[in-house]
Amino acid sequence: MTEPQDLVTPQDTVQRIERGEAFLDVRDLKVHFPTDDGVVKSVDGISFRLERGKTLGIVGESGSGKSVTSLSIMGLHKAGTARISGEVFLDGQDLISASREEVRKLRGKRMAMIFQDPLSAMHPFYTVGHQIIEAYQVHNDVSKQVARKHAVAMLDRVGIPQPDKRVDAYPHQFSGGMRQRAMIAMALSCDPDLLIADEPTTALDVTVQAQILDLIRDLQREFNSAVIIITHDLGVVAELADDIQVMYAGRAIEYSTAEDIFDRPQHPYTWGLLGSMPRIDRERSDRLIPIKGTPPSLINVPPGCPFNPRCNYAHLNGGLSETERPELLDIGNGHQVACHLTPELRKQSWETDIKPKL
Amino acid sequence: MTTTDTDSTAAKSPTGEELLSVTGLVKHFPIRRGVLQRQTGAVQAVDGLDFTVTKGETFSLVGESGCGKTTTGRLLTRLLEPTAGKIVFEGRDITHMSEGKIRPLRKDVQMIFQDPYGSLNPRHTVGKIVGAPYKLQHVKTEGGTKKAVQELLELVGLSPEHYNRYPHEFSGGQRQRIGIARTLALRPKLIVADEPVSALDVSIQAQVVNLLEDLQNEFDLTYVMIAHDLSVVRHVSDRVAVMYLGKIVEIADRVDLYETPMHPYTLALLSAVPIPDTKRRARQERIRLQGDVPSPINPPPACRFHTRCWKAQDICKTVEPPLLQLAPGHQTACHFPENQPGGDAPKTGTAG
Ligand SMILES: Nc1ncnc2c1ncn2[C@@H]1O[C@H](COP(=O)(O)OP(=O)(O)OP(=O)(O)O)[C@@H](O)[C@H]1O
Ligand SMILES: Nc1ncnc2c1ncn2[C@@H]1O[C@H](COP(=O)(O)OP(=O)(O)OP(=O)(O)O)[C@@H](O)[C@H]1O
Ligand code: SF4
Ligand code: SF4
Ligand SMILES: [Mg+2]
Ligand SMILES: [Mg+2]
Repeated sequence: MTEPQDLVTPQDTVQRIERGEAFLDVRDLKVHFPTDDGVVKSVDGISFRLERGKTLGIVGESGSGKSVTSLSIMGLHKAGTARISGEVFLDGQDLISASREEVRKLRGKRMAMIFQDPLSAMHPFYTVGHQIIEAYQVHNDVSKQVARKHAVAMLDRVGIPQPDKRVDAYPHQFSGGMRQRAMIAMALSCDPDLLIADEPTTALDVTVQAQILDLIRDLQREFNSAVIIITHDLGVVAELADDIQVMYAGRAIEYSTAEDIFDRPQHPYTWGLLGSMPRIDRERSDRLIPIKGTPPSLINVPPGCPFNPRCNYAHLNGGLSETERPELLDIGNGHQVACHLTPELRKQSWETDIKPKL
Repeated sequence: MTTTDTDSTAAKSPTGEELLSVTGLVKHFPIRRGVLQRQTGAVQAVDGLDFTVTKGETFSLVGESGCGKTTTGRLLTRLLEPTAGKIVFEGRDITHMSEGKIRPLRKDVQMIFQDPYGSLNPRHTVGKIVGAPYKLQHVKTEGGTKKAVQELLELVGLSPEHYNRYPHEFSGGQRQRIGIARTLALRPKLIVADEPVSALDVSIQAQVVNLLEDLQNEFDLTYVMIAHDLSVVRHVSDRVAVMYLGKIVEIADRVDLYETPMHPYTLALLSAVPIPDTKRRARQERIRLQGDVPSPINPPPACRFHTRCWKAQDICKTVEPPLLQLAPGHQTACHFPENQPGGDAPKTGTAG
């Protein structure tokens, strides 16, 4: 694939790469929330790198810290509520130590986010158009008319019918999916270098979803943007992501290329994920096979491997699973896994238990 | 690979008892302009639906965003007043039933909401939210409301100790489970579930899908399921209705809909499903719908799909195709349907 390299600011990139940094470089990010019941360790040490033009898919348990991760990259946690540590470099600039004002200035053009919850991203008292126009004018020195034209064009691109009329509607006058599309229009309006899309197509039907995924791909091709896509739709990540990070209880438990994650997954939680979803391309099963148990408490994370109370293989590791937290280790070719299973046991379990059922 | 369905128990017999019947259901939202707020038009959100739902079945509504699924759900639960048409529940016409008379019905018909954020009061504890239906309906429970609520929380995979926590302390998926627990409190007969699992990750989705199935079997529940995930819909539904721009374009039992879809829009929908298989990335053949999504304020005449349909002929722009039964239990509104009985080899939407 040919990348439009000329769009990258060459000077910065060279310096960045000399320092060994990726365009987005997240190092040991931790986000903890002190609450009355104890400290919620929503994100507890995650690291990943993402280059321009590439897409990282983040999948994982509900409550595993995916949204909190992206909100902290965007600098959107309310001051005082979250304890954040670690480093997040965006094109060489550390966002964690930057002032709120500096980070605010980066939002829109440098980085933008499609939120999981469209209502929280939109103000109920202003029209949809007003909000897009305002966001656009922050980063573009244009007249109101020009910004309005741009807003209508963006609403059109995300498939809002009669955008020139609907631009003056209020968020509550839109259907769930239309609100989501309006928010996507807002996020994409300034062609961000980094786009974080948190469940961008959850409320959308598949034909519009296909359209939005095309739109994200277009953005990436045109502006060489880096994209993080957070979703529980494994079909969507299979289609978009170059790399996939699987999260559980505030940490990455598996990381590799999309091909590896789908064809040679290594972690029992990933096996559970792949096994529990209904698939339209396979014979219909009578009953889905859920992962047993419930997601862990992030205040009292189970000792050892946080997945052990729900794992069918925990007993195979001579007690290690219950006592020692497995590190995320490279098992070859950059495929990283946090699990105590020996390579032999892992291979055997995959081939006899899991693979035949997927 | 095709969507072969070997499950013989698939479609329940259509001779079952009718729980809900809808005829000519219409909802138009007026558009008002100016100081005088004069009505200048209407959003034709739902424009003439006919269907019946059988006791104990799962009937799903799918279709493009904005096609009127949520509005239909809100009409069925009488959270919205129908503009026209008729809704009959358990033999009683509830279309315009007064608030006083509808109270007992509110217990029988519950809705799980699409938006797990907007539907939970942020100032109330989980205990208060899930326990609210008992209070509203003055229902006494054995061992008190708290115990009942804690049982419900466990039922949906939350922990009883969440009783005193607030919605903002939960992730999106956890909040949806709170909403489901609240819905189940009064053991309703009919649950209208608007995207009940779309906010959940797959491991919990499977639990909730199985949970909804178990509850259905145990309490003989009937579901009207609104969902956009066609893989989930295939798994849970007995029958599926496909909507487009306020109208039903196809109704069939699950097997027929997925294996021999007749309406071009249904084919397009099925072909757009993302397949969790990276090897298909390059070669998935999609039917890309052309043209703008039309507006429900000013929908295209006759067949509403004609502006985007690759099979459209002149007649499609002038004569509205009626919803006709073309095979047993399989209704389609199209002048040139695919997969007609006795026609060519079956075409499926999912690229094989
Ligand atoms: N402000 C807060 N105070 C306390 N706990 C919080 C706060 N925000 C998030 N959490 C907790 O942090 C954890 C991670 O939340 P997050 O929203 O990142 O989950 P997620 O992975 O995005 O889940 P989902 O897939 O359900 O959206 C959850 O357990 C949540 O309850
Ligand atoms: N209160 C309202 N006032 C005006 N228009 C409305 C109102 N509620 C819904 N609509 C319009 O009615 C149409 C159908 O909306 P509805 O919410 O039923 O769609 P939906 O099929 O549930 O879509 P989604 O999949 O996006 O949730 C949309 O065009 C919407 O904008
Ligand atoms: S470390 Fe043990 S409990 Fe954790 S995933 Fe591996 S086998 Fe299961
Ligand atoms: S009636 Fe005509 S336009 Fe409508 S779906 Fe059928 S072929 Fe297409
Ligand atoms: Mg989230
Ligand atoms: Mg809806």
